[in-house]
This record gives sequence, C-alpha cells and structure tokens, in this order.
Amino acid sequence: MKNLDHKQPMVTDVLGISWLDFNMSNVLMIIVSAVIVFILAVSATSSLKRKPTGMQNFMEWIIDFVKGIIGSNMDWKTGKQFLPLGLTLLLFIFVSNVLGVVTMISVDHTIYWKSPTADPGLALTLATMVVVLSHYYGIKMKGVKEYGKDFLRPMPFLFPLKIIEEFANTLTLGLRLFGNIFAGEILLGLLAGLMTSGIGGFFGGLIPMLAWQGFSVFVGAIQAFIFVMLTMVYMSHKVSHDH
Amino acid sequence: MQSLTGFLILGAEAEATGVAWGDMATLLFTFIILLVLLRIFAWGPLMNVMKERQDHISNEIDTAEKNRQDAERMSSEAQEELKKTRQEAHQIIEDAKQTAKEQEQDIITAARTEGERIKESARQEIETEKEKAIQALQDQVASLSVRIASKVIEKELSEQDQEKLINEYVKEVGEGR
Repeated sequence: MKNLDHKQPMVTDVLGISWLDFNMSNVLMIIVSAVIVFILAVSATSSLKRKPTGMQNFMEWIIDFVKGIIGSNMDWKTGKQFLPLGLTLLLFIFVSNVLGVVTMISVDHTIYWKSPTADPGLALTLATMVVVLSHYYGIKMKGVKEYGKDFLRPMPFLFPLKIIEEFANTLTLGLRLFGNIFAGEILLGLLAGLMTSGIGGFFGGLIPMLAWQGFSVFVGAIQAFIFVMLTMVYMSHKVSHDH
Repeated sequence: MQSLTGFLILGAEAEATGVAWGDMATLLFTFIILLVLLRIFAWGPLMNVMKERQDHISNEIDTAEKNRQDAERMSSEAQEELKKTRQEAHQIIEDAKQTAKEQEQDIITAARTEGERIKESARQEIETEKEKAIQALQDQVASLSVRIASKVIEKELSEQDQEKLINEYVKEVGEGR
C-alpha cells in the first residue's frame, strides 16, 4: 500500500480561518487540469474554418457528442444553454481522470501529481455544483411555484423520498466518479511499487501496468461521459414539464 | 486515504485532515473561470462557425435547387424553341417546294404556248410558199402551153411527126423542169 502511506501536502488554517484547509496537490492538479483543458480547447479552435480540418474536426465531434447527450434527455431548445457546461465538464473530468493515469509524482513521500477527481471532496464538489445548478435552472425556467410542486409529484406523500433523492443523487454522482478513479490510481500505485521492487518485479508488472493504464484511460473517458450524461438527466428532471 | 477516512469519519480527525474546504472552493472557482473562458474563447466561436456552416449548406442546397429548376425550365424552353424552329424550317421548305412546282408549271405552260405559236407560224409560212409555188407553176404551164401552141402552129406536121414533136417537147419540158 505504498501510495496510501503518502502524506498529503496540507496547508491548514489559511488566513487564520480554522476550517480553511488547502490540499496543495489538489489545488495544483485542479489548476493544471483547467490549464490543459483551456489550452486544448483554445488551440483546437484557434483557426476556425468553414471547412474543418484537424483539431477542429475533433472539437466539433465532441460538440456533437455532447449535443447528442443533451438531446437524448430534453428537447434542444431547452437544452442548448447547457451545452457549454456539458462540454467543459466532459473535458475537465476526462483530463483530470487521465492526468493520474499518465504519471504520479511524489516528493518526500508527499504526493503532488494525481487525479484531482480521485479526491472524494472534489468529486462531490463537482456533483454538488451540478445538482445545485439543476435546482437553479429549475426555479429559473419553471418558476418557484412549479418548481416546488415538483416535489409533491406524483404523490404528495413521496415528498421525503424526493428530498432524500436529491442528496442521494449528489452522493452517487460524486462518489461514482471518485471511486472509479481512486481505485484505478491505487492499482496503478501498487503496480508501480511492484515494478520498482526489482528486475523480476519490473518485467512481471510491465504487462499488467500497460493493460491497466489503457483500461484507466477508458474508465476515465467512460466516467466523464457518465458524469455529463447524469448531469443532463438531473437537469432535465428539473427543467422539463413533461413528467 | 487520509482524506477519505477523514471524510467518512467526520470530526474524528478533523484537526488532522478534515474536509478541505479550500480545495472545494478552488475547484469551484477554477471551474467557473474555465467555463466562462472557454465559452468566450472556444465554444462560442466554434459554435458560430458550425452555425455559419449550417446556414451556408442550407443556402447552397436552396441555391442548387433553384438552379436546377432554372435549368429545367430553360431546357424545356429550348426544347420548345427547337420544335418551333423545326416546324418553321419545315414550313419554309414546303413553301419553297410549292413555289418551285408552280414556277415549273408556269415555265412548261409558257414553253408549250411558245412552241404552239412557232409551229403555227411555220405552218402559215409553208402554206404561203405552197400557194406561191402553185401560182408559179400555173404561170409556167400557161406560158408552156402558149409556146407549144406556137410550135404546133409553126409547123404542120404529120400525125407521126406531131406525136414525135409533142414527146420531144414534153421531154424538153421535163428536162427544163
């Protein structure tokens, strides 16, 4: 359990506020992910042409992909405002997931480079943001009255379940992402430990390492897709009139 | 793992690990900034281009449809024109044929008339000549008779001699002719 022994580079009680703690590796990786996503997206769309070439094709494919996700949950007129959110979520989560697969850097047993989504707090933050946004758009598009009535549908006595559902949604959305990526990182860490233990370990761990890295990239993509898909499902529950 | 256990057993090790509210705030802040920046610098322009292309393509389809209709219309017009021209040409040829036939008829008629006329005048001329010849012959016969008579009177001859003489003169006349 090599990487589990790693310490986290915590900075506690920032500005003298007792609850304001920073995990510097998380902060670093959030910013790295955001910068990578930004550079990727902006460089891909820097030379836009009516006849697309190269990266523009790829970006348009992603846009069509997210359009498909939104279109399968709500009609496009309602859903088109969520397109930038869906695109950014998809790219940010995918890049975050893959960053921890590519490499893991620790200095003095303190881990710095990993997937930010392998942290339960951060995964839950994204999930909470999505659920809060869905409530916000629900109120914005249907009005407070209609939004409130939705909690009493289809039966008023299901109200407590509706409330629980909101928290369950948040929890499952966040922890699904965290669990998948965290598990992947643990196995990668173990394999890395095996490979550094000796010649036999190196060759014994090489094939599983490669296989698991490939699989982790796949899982990272699938989890990003699932996260965006569920985001749009929750959004459509809140903004659609038809249920 | 530390933070996970810290999360699951909230408060137990709050002092050591706790919930890193700072991380969450950082994530939210960064994500929102990223969202806004990408919307301005990436998704906006890209979606504009896609929209523009969509419009362009639908325009092109409309134009192509219009062009096709135009071409169809023009083709049918040309067909119509060609048909009309062909008919006109046919008409012209028919007219020409008709005219030629008429002219031919005219020429034949004129030639026939002319021929008739020439024949007629020739016949008249022949008639005149004949009359003249007969006249001349009659004159000669008269003068001959006078000369025969004078010869007969000149010489009183025997019947034999007379006969001989007549034969002579007849012969002479025959030779004279």
